[in-house]
Amino acid sequence: MGFPFWLIAALTVAGGMAAVLLRNLVHCALALTIAFAGLALLFLQLDAQFAGFVQILVYVGAVAILVVFAILLTRGSETPKDGGVFSKTWGAGLVIAAAIFAVLAWAVLESRPGLPHETGTHNASVQEIGTALMGRYVLPLEIVALLLTAALIGAVIVALHEKKEEAR
Amino acid sequence: MIQEETVFTLRESTSAIVGILWLIPALPIAASGIVAVLQQPRRKASAVLAIGSLSASLLLSLVAFGHVLVGWAQGSQVRETVNFTWLRVGTGHVDLGWVLDPLSAVMLVMVCFVGLLIFIYSTGYMANDENFTRFFCFLSLFAGAMLGVVIADSLLLLFMCWELVGLTSYLLIGFWYQKPSAAAAAKKAFLTTRVGDIFFLLGMVWLFAQTGTLLFYNGGAGSLEPLKLGILLASPAGLGLTAAGAIGLLIFAGAAGKSGQIPLHVWLPDAMEGPTPVSALIHAATMVAAGVYLVARVYPLMQAGSLTGGTTVPLTVVTWIGTLTAVFAALIAVAQNDIKRILAYSTVSQLGYMMAGLGMGGVAVGMFHLITHAFFKALLFMGAGSVIHGCHEEQDIRQMGNLKIEMPFTFLTYAVGMLALSGFPIFFSGFWSKDGILEAAQHWSVARVPFYLLVFGALLTAFYMTRQVSYVFFGTWRGHGEAHESPSVMLFPLFILAFFAMALGLIGTPAWPWFKAFLDGHAAVSGLGEPGLFALMAGSSFVVFVGLGLGWRIYGNKRVKADDLDPLERATPTVWTLLENKFYIDELYGVTVIAFYAWWAKVADWLDRCVWGGVVAGVTLLFQKSAQLSRQLDVNWVDGSFDKGCEELANSGGLLAGVQTGRVQLYLRLLALAVVLLTAILIWSSQG
Amino acid sequence: MAQPLVGYLLVAAILFSVGLAGALTRRNAIVVLIGIELMLNAANLNLIAFWRYGPHPEALTGMMFAIFSIAVAAAEAAVGLGLVISIHRHAQTTDLDQMNRMKG
Repeated sequence: MGFPFWLIAALTVAGGMAAVLLRNLVHCALALTIAFAGLALLFLQLDAQFAGFVQILVYVGAVAILVVFAILLTRGSETPKDGGVFSKTWGAGLVIAAAIFAVLAWAVLESRPGLPHETGTHNASVQEIGTALMGRYVLPLEIVALLLTAALIGAVIVALHEKKEEAR
Repeated sequence: MIQEETVFTLRESTSAIVGILWLIPALPIAASGIVAVLQQPRRKASAVLAIGSLSASLLLSLVAFGHVLVGWAQGSQVRETVNFTWLRVGTGHVDLGWVLDPLSAVMLVMVCFVGLLIFIYSTGYMANDENFTRFFCFLSLFAGAMLGVVIADSLLLLFMCWELVGLTSYLLIGFWYQKPSAAAAAKKAFLTTRVGDIFFLLGMVWLFAQTGTLLFYNGGAGSLEPLKLGILLASPAGLGLTAAGAIGLLIFAGAAGKSGQIPLHVWLPDAMEGPTPVSALIHAATMVAAGVYLVARVYPLMQAGSLTGGTTVPLTVVTWIGTLTAVFAALIAVAQNDIKRILAYSTVSQLGYMMAGLGMGGVAVGMFHLITHAFFKALLFMGAGSVIHGCHEEQDIRQMGNLKIEMPFTFLTYAVGMLALSGFPIFFSGFWSKDGILEAAQHWSVARVPFYLLVFGALLTAFYMTRQVSYVFFGTWRGHGEAHESPSVMLFPLFILAFFAMALGLIGTPAWPWFKAFLDGHAAVSGLGEPGLFALMAGSSFVVFVGLGLGWRIYGNKRVKADDLDPLERATPTVWTLLENKFYIDELYGVTVIAFYAWWAKVADWLDRCVWGGVVAGVTLLFQKSAQLSRQLDVNWVDGSFDKGCEELANSGGLLAGVQTGRVQLYLRLLALAVVLLTAILIWSSQG
Repeated sequence: MAQPLVGYLLVAAILFSVGLAGALTRRNAIVVLIGIELMLNAANLNLIAFWRYGPHPEALTGMMFAIFSIAVAAAEAAVGLGLVISIHRHAQTTDLDQMNRMKG
């Protein structure tokens, strides 16, 4: 497995945990960014270069920024009046998440002998990906384009509507 | 003893008159029914209906009598019956029917004739009474019932009419029911005769059980015909009696109640509370005679088993009771002061004579006295009614006197009746009928004592009647106000009855004993050749004269004051008190029978209230408690469970609604949980 | 030599659970969205890992799936955060415990 893998894995997991545990929301967003970056590195380690870079481009470059923007725009409610940042019944949520992990881990570990082996590296070149996108996956591509357009317009409308009323 | 004549042949064919014989009692009963639904003020209509129906019955009776007479003249003994089945129970059946023979024929004519005269008399006597219509309704009903008793061929039909007669007697004795004494007297009459009727019923049931029929004559199968009598004689009944003897005694017990023989005589004197026509008709001529008629009717049963010249147990008992009653009542009559009471006790005494005559001499002897007595006793009662009416409703003889001046016609007819009753020789029917009884007593095979007692009774009869006539019609007027003669509508029947009181003797003299021949069904043979006949006639006449003379000596034409003591009372005060108080029989009954009955009623009442009432209350309580329990079950268990179920449903709904908090994270958690479970199941199942 | 794949899978599982825990327990709506992004990324990791170590990597199936997933996740994050901003404008809060208008 190698040392790099464990390092990157630890970084990612730490970032993820920090993202959900920290009190300060901006710190959460920054930890999330670290998690995203760690994941991109994992992708690179898995010879999925294109996926790694897309990860960085989209997640780190857009989603994390978006989260920060949202945090900054909803500043007034950062510290709740009563209790802490966790809900009153956080124990039940924790238990359920632990159960999910237990099931997944159990499934993985139980099927260890049956899992596929390394079959040799395959470098997926950008050309191959482009060909695939335009060929086999052209329909999903177009649909995703439609989806992105709708999401764009929708998000703008949802966030814009209030602004217009505020302006009056 | 009259030698046995050859008996006529029996003729049992049915004729036209027998077919409609049922009309004779039916017409007065129908009239009574119509009068009952009339409204009160219709006096004329009710009187016309009653008298009209009885006249029609009289006509029919005369036709029937004529038919039987013609038959007798032709040498046959008529006995025609019409029988029909009334009830069918399984294989058994109960029959009813009527019979036309000499006995019923003479009785029919007598009842209709005397009844009709009394009806006419009543229109005058009850003219001022406001319940005129009710009187005639009851009177008509009585007449119909009595005629039913006479023609009945079935003991059951006789009993039914017998009870009806008792009912009407009750209704008529208590006619003025507002008077407490009248109501009490009516009740007493009914209850006392009831006691006799119980024995009658027992005898009837026994007869039916033994012979299977209650018909008297039924073409050889009737209970009074030789076949059934033989069966009765053959079955023993304990105490040395045969069934025939026992049944005879039981039936006589019923007759004793109706005819006022001791010890059931106590009701007759009290029955004088009723209006005088009632006393005349019911308690002199007809109803009380029903008992004598009953014994005469079932005479073959009474006589069954006797040898020629001998007697049977029932007849002996009849004789003794009759004799004792005759003397007993005559003694009491001596010391009475109410004009009607004297006549009442006289009736009881004469009924005793009739019973004695039946017992010792046979049907004809007793029946002859019954017929003559009906006429002169009705005459005497109606005369007494005339006297009462003329003295402004006064009934105490000590308040009367010298009425021969004020009421001559009444006096004349009353004198005829009195002499007939006393047995004045030759011209008066009473002499001949009483002589017949005395003659039979003289020749009775069992004992001679009844003869002497009956002679003594004759003396007493003459004596007390003379006493009564002296007090009422002779001496000085001791009453209040003026006496006056009665209207002619009341006097007219008196004359007719007086005539018959004298003339009826002709049909029973020994020179031509037609009555006996007619009833017994043989040719009339003169019995003048009997040894000792003239001696007997002379002797009885002598006794009568002694009685009359004694009475006249002590009471006749004396000027006495109203509150003077009776001479005999002054002479023997203790005996007088005993006689005046009727030998204290009523008081004896009150202490023994009535007291026992009252005690028994108390016991029954306690039983009813405490025991049966307790049972009923207990059952009620049980039902109540079980109802309450059921209700509790219903409310608590059934309703409760249902309500609880609904409550649980509502609660669970509430519980489930609690899941919908509106908080997204909860929904997420539930989703994740579901995923966990599903995945686990999937993996688990794929593994296995 | 499935070890590397198991490692990646476990990391993905951990990340997924962490993301879920955050989504289920934090009161702030934005942190819930952060958790959801983590879960999506964990799934992407799973996809890429299976593409790399599975049969037929030349089919590019896993890679394509992951790319499209990234695109959709980005769109979803945009819309979701727009919604949170909108809600904040209405209710002046992003506290999920207070958002129970759908109660009942």
